[in-house]
Amino acid sequence: MNRFEYVRAGTVAEAVSAFGAGARFIAGGTNLIDLMKYEVEKPGRLIDITQLPLKGIEEKDGGLRLGALATNAAVAYDSRVAERYPLLRNAILAGASAQLRNAATTGGNLLQRTRCYYFYDAGTPCNKREPGSGCPAIGGVNRIHAIFGTSDQCIATHPSDMCIALAALEATVQVSGPEGDRSIPFAEFHRLPGNEPEKDTTLKPGEIVVAVDLPEQGFAQNFTYLKLRDRLSYAFALVSVAAALDLDGDTIKTARLALGGVAHKPWRNTQAEAELAGKPATRETFDKVAAMIVAEAKPQSENGFKIELARRAIVRGLEQAAAGTPQSLSDKRIQ
Amino acid sequence: MTIQISPASGTDRHVGSPRSRVDGPAKVTGLAKYAAEFTAPGLTHGYIVTSTIARGRITGFDTAAAEAVPGVIKVLTHENRPDMAEDPDGYKDMVGPPGVPYRPLFDATVMFSGQPVAVVLAEDFETARYAASLVKVTYAAETPRTDIDALLGEAYDPPTKRDGIKPPPKPWGDADGAFDKAPIQLRQQYRMANEHHNPMEPHATTVVVEADDKYTVYDKIQGVANTQMYLTGAFGLKPDQVRVLNPYLGGGFGGGLRPQFQAFLAMLAARDLNRSVRIVLTREQMWSFTYRAEAVQTVSLGMERDGKLQALKHDAVHGTSHYEDYQENIVNWSGTLYACDNVKLTYKLAKIDTATPGDMRAPGAVSGLFALESAMDELAHDLGKDPIELRLINYTDREPIEDKPFGSKALKSCFTQGAERFGWAKRTPEPRSMRDGRELVGWGVASGIWEALMMPSKVRAVLTGDGKLELGNSTGDIGTGTYTILTQIGADTLGLSMEDVTTKLGDTDLAEAPVAGGSWTAASSGTAAMKACREIAKQVFVLARQMDNSALANVDFERVVFSNGRISVADDPSRSVAIVDAMKAGGFERIEVTGEAGPDSDFAKEFECFTHQAVFVEVKVDEELGQVRVTRVVSAIAAGKILNPKTARSQIIGATVMGIGSALHEESMLDHRLGRFMNRNLGEYHVPAHADIHDLDVIFVDEEDKANPLGVKGVGEIGIVGTAAAIANAVYHATGKRVRDMPITIEKLL
Repeated sequence: MNRFEYVRAGTVAEAVSAFGAGARFIAGGTNLIDLMKYEVEKPGRLIDITQLPLKGIEEKDGGLRLGALATNAAVAYDSRVAERYPLLRNAILAGASAQLRNAATTGGNLLQRTRCYYFYDAGTPCNKREPGSGCPAIGGVNRIHAIFGTSDQCIATHPSDMCIALAALEATVQVSGPEGDRSIPFAEFHRLPGNEPEKDTTLKPGEIVVAVDLPEQGFAQNFTYLKLRDRLSYAFALVSVAAALDLDGDTIKTARLALGGVAHKPWRNTQAEAELAGKPATRETFDKVAAMIVAEAKPQSENGFKIELARRAIVRGLEQAAAGTPQSLSDKRIQ
Repeated sequence: MTIQISPASGTDRHVGSPRSRVDGPAKVTGLAKYAAEFTAPGLTHGYIVTSTIARGRITGFDTAAAEAVPGVIKVLTHENRPDMAEDPDGYKDMVGPPGVPYRPLFDATVMFSGQPVAVVLAEDFETARYAASLVKVTYAAETPRTDIDALLGEAYDPPTKRDGIKPPPKPWGDADGAFDKAPIQLRQQYRMANEHHNPMEPHATTVVVEADDKYTVYDKIQGVANTQMYLTGAFGLKPDQVRVLNPYLGGGFGGGLRPQFQAFLAMLAARDLNRSVRIVLTREQMWSFTYRAEAVQTVSLGMERDGKLQALKHDAVHGTSHYEDYQENIVNWSGTLYACDNVKLTYKLAKIDTATPGDMRAPGAVSGLFALESAMDELAHDLGKDPIELRLINYTDREPIEDKPFGSKALKSCFTQGAERFGWAKRTPEPRSMRDGRELVGWGVASGIWEALMMPSKVRAVLTGDGKLELGNSTGDIGTGTYTILTQIGADTLGLSMEDVTTKLGDTDLAEAPVAGGSWTAASSGTAAMKACREIAKQVFVLARQMDNSALANVDFERVVFSNGRISVADDPSRSVAIVDAMKAGGFERIEVTGEAGPDSDFAKEFECFTHQAVFVEVKVDEELGQVRVTRVVSAIAAGKILNPKTARSQIIGATVMGIGSALHEESMLDHRLGRFMNRNLGEYHVPAHADIHDLDVIFVDEEDKANPLGVKGVGEIGIVGTAAAIANAVYHATGKRVRDMPITIEKLL
């Protein structure tokens, strides 16, 4: 871990103005401090934003505004979230541990970095950590890596569970920065690696997440967050599915589907979602759409199984959502 | 030889009764101190810089930036280190395999990824860690070879055998011919992943510099005598110059049997600086030594249609380092467990560019039994026989390799009692025939076997005039309950309460004992403790009888019992003398006796000693998604006398969890191009979480054994041995998919 300067900001404006080259904002620190210990992040300055007035969860335009500093636990256990956005609640509670969720914040969750082994290992090359140094995950140990939207520079995945639900819910990220405030649709917040794998998001330097807005429609009746992983708790997703349906009888009016563990960002296929609209909520429909989604997938040397796993998980996730039987968090049997 | 433990009466008897661990309160309140928690004035902190290449040479260092950091005292490398012994023999330890031990900072050679190449010494840990990140090392890298599959053609018979590990026996019968003729044949390859121990407590050493060129060393080790041997050998010191202590371990599992490089480096730095030094490994650095190396095994079984084994061949190729020939017993179990007239077992090594592998809970047996017991299950299905029945058809009461009877072998009782508890009779044999909603249900069974060993051990017992007893030796309590069982034995032998007995362990100033491993500690230290206390009992009895108007006048020792702090006539309890009164009357402030125990060579001439396990597993597997849940385990254990059913049960429970990890989760993933384990943290190297563990049930079956006077055979390893095979067998029964390479991850079931 390097030596760094520490400053504490009292307002968003102070935080933004304290930013400079090599600075990092720190809130819960559940990821950043690990990365500093691993010599992946070496910030010259840490700007502590924990005192900013961004902890609230408030009504906003028929939806909810989640303050960037609302902890993952505070969001998951908020009664309005539980009632109106149970998909978000379930996704949060499917990740990390109680201790981590007590410390981790909404904004920080959005900015989690990949769990790619090579990214974490400063003794190996990594284009995301050191642009231009190479990507040994390609052709290496890549069982956990991406099958969608990869580039020849990077095949890392985005690790968050919460963000998969936020993508399905079409949340909006509110940011504040040197050039003022702006809103970023969730689908545009995270990016694919392309030729700049060092950039996880479309945030500009000095911009800070201040809130995440949930739209009114929460899909509280027909939803699921189904997470498949290498053990039954406390592991990142091999494949996860956030499914949300608005049904008219047995007919799908609106469908949202986001996948985790398979791409550099929460993976959505809006064409496939559109394909679901107007169709009967049957296994046949789900099979067809799942096949359509994974048709775009590209395997690496060790992760080809994720394509079939994703196909099956999409089908099961849609079945769970359609039946109104979301995946239980306590009973690990898959419904 | 039979020695009765006094008293034989009633509820105040501790041995054989469930007792909470005596070190529990210290551990849960934080009073128990571990190697990295001891300190000294002016303590210097070391942080190890490790190699990023797996094979090659160091061509240079740039340490200027690190040395410029305020608080940095020195950066030690092979270029500027003080003189160290060149003779590799100086670096030997009690359990090391044949070869040239790794000598940290000896020269520019890099033999494994993660090898220490420098140590930054600083006034505080954070400074050392930061400065370590500034050390630049350049290498001339060579292409590493870590893929055992590519090295199978170069596998060799280790020329020097590892002490204590029996090489494969000479073949008997004609295994190849019998296999070819057998009407039922199975020949399959089995393998398991590389695993690392990952105890909660990372390895750490604190070296405290004392006056007169003496050192007090706190080292994370499973037996302090081994660190003392290693450090005195490597630095040319005498044993009285190096006192090593380690009263508690945060888990060992075999990973703490050999002294590791941080112990050497802390001593090297302490002698160089003449300052006390502490070095703690990071979790990541816990992947740079001792691990359970992958073994590629082929099992060939030839059978009659009635299930009788006609041919048994078991061949293993096992990874070792380039500098040591580490060896395990992987294949001999196959010769011991079943009766078969034609047996051929082979074990070879392949050199890969990693650190030397090492013992990890039931080393060899976990790998070997996974292969053998999977193969037996495959044949049971092929023949349409119940897997238990097939094992009983091939059951043996004589150990085939040595051709001697077992001292005791209650494996049949394990099967009977385990099957009853599990409800095995309700199993339908056809794979995929049992289901619960969307989940396929599978029931599997396997046997386990482990050696029942004893090692030469001493225990010093001191009875003081206040009626308190202190027991002690240098072995470690690696979380197994050694403190507790020795306390129980001492209390029972002298008729004291457990509160009146204190046990001290993990200090080279105490009586000499080996490392705690191999499941031998309860039998070895336990017997030594009992003998020491028995001798004290005799001496106190003499004092009691010599008292004026003694209530025990004219009574023989054989007629008395020790109970409630008193010596009483067994058939006339009204005649008794308090131990404290006898000590006082005899004018003794203390009676000190050192008891010794070791293998009973007369017994060993006649009998072979093993523990056994029958383990039953229920899994539920999502039919489409391949998610496995281990919903029930019943582990029936035959391990002789159980000294403390509570701590022994914990041993089996812990081993069962570790077996679930082996079967489903644990895998250190090598990038063969880099020769580097890539998932070096507990987020990505998976061990079972609470959600993975459901109903675990333990049965200890009655077993009389006479290898030692306590009748103890040890329980540290046996609980893991067959567990992974039973899980794989249950997964097959559930899904019809036979997975022959552990861990059984989701993709293997899609």
